[in-house]
Amino acid sequence: MTDVTPQTATDARLAEARRQTMGAARRRRWQLLSPALLIIGLFGLFPLTITLVYSFLSPGSYGGVRWEFSTDAYVQFLFDRDIFDDTLSFSATYLNIFARSIGLALGATIGSLIIGFPTAYFIASKPANQRNLWLFLITLPFWVNLLIRTYAILLIIRDEGIINLSLIWTGLIDQPIGILYTDTAIFIGLIYSYLPFMVLPLYASLEKLDFRLVEAAYDLYASRLQVLRHVIVPMAKPGIVAGCILVFIPALGAYITPDLLGGGKQLMIGNLIALQFGGSRNWPFGAAAALILMVVVMVSLTVYVRYSGKEGNGRG
Amino acid sequence: MATQTEIRDPGTPQAAAAQDVMIHAEGVIKTFGEGAGKITALDNVTVDIRKNEFFTLLGPSGCGKTTLLRLIAGFELPDRGQILLDGQEIGHLPPYKRPVNTVFQSYALFPHMSVARNIGFGLEMQGRPKAEIKTATEEMLALVQMEHLANRQTDQLSGGQQQRVALARALAPRPKVLLLDEPLSALDLKLRKEMQIELKRLQGETGITFVFVTHDQEEALTMSDRIAVMQAGCILQVGTPKEIYNNPARRFVADFIGDINILEGELQQDGGAVLLPGGASIGALLPEGAARSGKVSIAIRPENMGLTAPDAADASLTGEVTNIVYFGAGHNVHVALDGGGEVLVRRAQTDAQVGAKVGLAVPDAVQVLVD
Amino acid sequence: MAERTPTQTPATVASPDPAAPPPRRRRRMKDLRKQPGFDTMAWFCLFCLYAPIAVLVVFSFNDNRSVVRWTEFSLRWYRAAFENDGIRHATWISLQVAFVAMVFATTFATMAALATTRVRAFKGQTLTYAVINQPLMVPEIVTAVSTLAFFVLIKQVTGLNGIGFLMLAHTVFCIPFAYMPIRARLEDMNLTLEQAAADLYGTPFQVFRTVTLPLMAPGIVAGAMLAFVVSLDDVIITLLVGGPGETTLPVYIFGQIRRGITPEINAVSTVLLGLSALLVSIFFLIGNKRK
Repeated sequence: MTDVTPQTATDARLAEARRQTMGAARRRRWQLLSPALLIIGLFGLFPLTITLVYSFLSPGSYGGVRWEFSTDAYVQFLFDRDIFDDTLSFSATYLNIFARSIGLALGATIGSLIIGFPTAYFIASKPANQRNLWLFLITLPFWVNLLIRTYAILLIIRDEGIINLSLIWTGLIDQPIGILYTDTAIFIGLIYSYLPFMVLPLYASLEKLDFRLVEAAYDLYASRLQVLRHVIVPMAKPGIVAGCILVFIPALGAYITPDLLGGGKQLMIGNLIALQFGGSRNWPFGAAAALILMVVVMVSLTVYVRYSGKEGNGRG
Repeated sequence: MATQTEIRDPGTPQAAAAQDVMIHAEGVIKTFGEGAGKITALDNVTVDIRKNEFFTLLGPSGCGKTTLLRLIAGFELPDRGQILLDGQEIGHLPPYKRPVNTVFQSYALFPHMSVARNIGFGLEMQGRPKAEIKTATEEMLALVQMEHLANRQTDQLSGGQQQRVALARALAPRPKVLLLDEPLSALDLKLRKEMQIELKRLQGETGITFVFVTHDQEEALTMSDRIAVMQAGCILQVGTPKEIYNNPARRFVADFIGDINILEGELQQDGGAVLLPGGASIGALLPEGAARSGKVSIAIRPENMGLTAPDAADASLTGEVTNIVYFGAGHNVHVALDGGGEVLVRRAQTDAQVGAKVGLAVPDAVQVLVD
Repeated sequence: MAERTPTQTPATVASPDPAAPPPRRRRRMKDLRKQPGFDTMAWFCLFCLYAPIAVLVVFSFNDNRSVVRWTEFSLRWYRAAFENDGIRHATWISLQVAFVAMVFATTFATMAALATTRVRAFKGQTLTYAVINQPLMVPEIVTAVSTLAFFVLIKQVTGLNGIGFLMLAHTVFCIPFAYMPIRARLEDMNLTLEQAAADLYGTPFQVFRTVTLPLMAPGIVAGAMLAFVVSLDDVIITLLVGGPGETTLPVYIFGQIRRGITPEINAVSTVLLGLSALLVSIFFLIGNKRK
């Protein structure tokens, strides 16, 4: 009987302590999170909804929008509106730009994979103390301004650039091969820009590769190519997927690379969007293009998340 | 009969007077997780830890010993139950309000502070004057014989040195209780033996109550004043090392500590004696609350059994030697009993031969086990 | 161990001809890791990454207007760039924006990292990560036009103006960059240290000040440097969001390149490149030291 009172008092004290620690933890968590969440929510996420709204409005005469509902921005993608009789005729201009952008981004992704995979494998097979240096060397250019890197590429592929000059000097060609302001230039520029994005996730996968498995495969009569195909590549798959997504997404939305290396003539989606908010001033159309780009990116990301979720051995 | 009072049932509070008790835990329940993944780490644990004793919580991993320690330290709150420290209820207090310090398994020395600042940290947090912190730090450095390393960074220390710093740091604020969470498990065997003696010395010199958690039964027997053997969130038995070793009350305790022979028998004379398979009847030591009749298990340590001639008067059991293994300090003689089963007999010297018929002498009274 | 075994076996067996077979066998064992051509490709990759930058840097020291033929070492373009008012103004704007964005982004990222690491799963956790990383997931050009549209709207409604808008835009996309290293650092930190400090009578605030903060400091410094570099390097968002007179150095360079190539731009680019490389090198040094 004497036990009852202290026991209930204890329970009450424990409940209070538990409520306080848990409540304090929750309160503290949201206090700490609120500045970052608020600022990103308000100035990162919310503007996207504005873009969504704008894409359904009519263009203003000098940029901006008129608050009139319109689906013209989306119609414009596929059709030309005749200025005299208002009839719509199919036009592939913008569709072509999208297709070219996706093609270039895919090409850059595959190109990066072809260069990046051996590089990542090479780094992963290095002794641990040398790996960090290699990683550093591969990553460093990424942190150097994208603009400056693109400029550097521009400098060497120009008609008067070092590549053409040395080719002429060796007598292989007598006229500069015009690389600059072509799709090839953009392709080279995109690979150069986003190669580190490919190497890093690939390395992260390959680093965990247990080379005893490679030895075991050789022991079981596999050739080098078979080992590569049946052991190394399957185990690097999460890294390959991550690397491809990481290259594809920014390459698809690239702006600086096509602008400088394509000379403003070879448009990609990024330039098309920027153009609508600048020179040709059709904000709703720009907003619609931006949203379509977003959708493509989100779909790629979802595929990636699904895939890495299914694999269940992502980097956690 | 005298032994019966010494082997305590885990459920009942102990006979020690209230002023001798440092930590009193009663009805402590702690669970982790929810729903199907719910684990009961402590299942209604009641225990008294006396002032100035070296008390060990012994058990396999997952038995709840570390959880009990963390509840005393304040890193977790119990679901239910009372924890009193020197008569004050502390179960609901945050760690920094409890006059209790911990030596962590990983030592948890602050890597960005010197040895001296680590040791003085507790006093610094309590806002003690600088001079006092300095004196206390020097005193502690001397106590653990680390004066020459006061200004080192902790990552420049060896494992044993880190261990000493962790001890000094936890002792510096003069806590009422020092909690040690498997602090010796990271050390190699030789260093571990040294530190066992060192810990015992420190406990004696400081007069602080030590609560030591380990899964190493030998370590527990060597160092402790009293041991609590835990399994699956329950304390099975509390007693001195000798009681735990010689009179294990539970089958798990008997099995967990050292080698032991467990035989089947039947109680006679209202629990006063037990009838062995060979027909001999010997005295029975019953744990409190055990049934006083029926079939029971009994436990006999290998070194408490003697080898005699099969027809000798003290041969309570007979059998045949199947194997003799020399292990340095003695011989393990394996004997297949005539009634079935095998026992181990440990003798310093033996002239037994494999295949020979032998008689086995057992103590006058043997421990009866509860499952 | 594994490598040594094959060479050792013949030696202990004392075969009559111990010299020939073991070394060859051993070399083949080592080669198993390699794939033909991969080494070449790796070195080629490294060459491709650095050669264009090297050309740019080398020609910034060329005493010649043409940027093509090397004539003589000279710092004249650096002097010209330094004396160029446009470049000086753009540099000043860049540093201001990067500094403000760094301070705010690092502060908010540190707080967010404290709230999201080493805690039990909480309600809204996935959403929280998604929001913090949002600026990384949306293509930069989309962020740029959306921010532009939003800011124009705010400016119209409130009449506010100024460089603060640009700083705000930079802060948003710098947060995830600052967050990454801080979070990584915190996750490497053992909670036991903080428990030990609490056990030694440290109140939650004392524990934070004396243990958590000093230990996470390298992560904060690394995060701040990344945020600074990322802000300093941005072109697209600044190009669209920046108002008149808010031309940052990269935007200025961008404009110049579009107009034509001058060695002056090589010089400025080299300086900007050097600054980024320096900050990122320090970042890596911090990262390696903690391991």
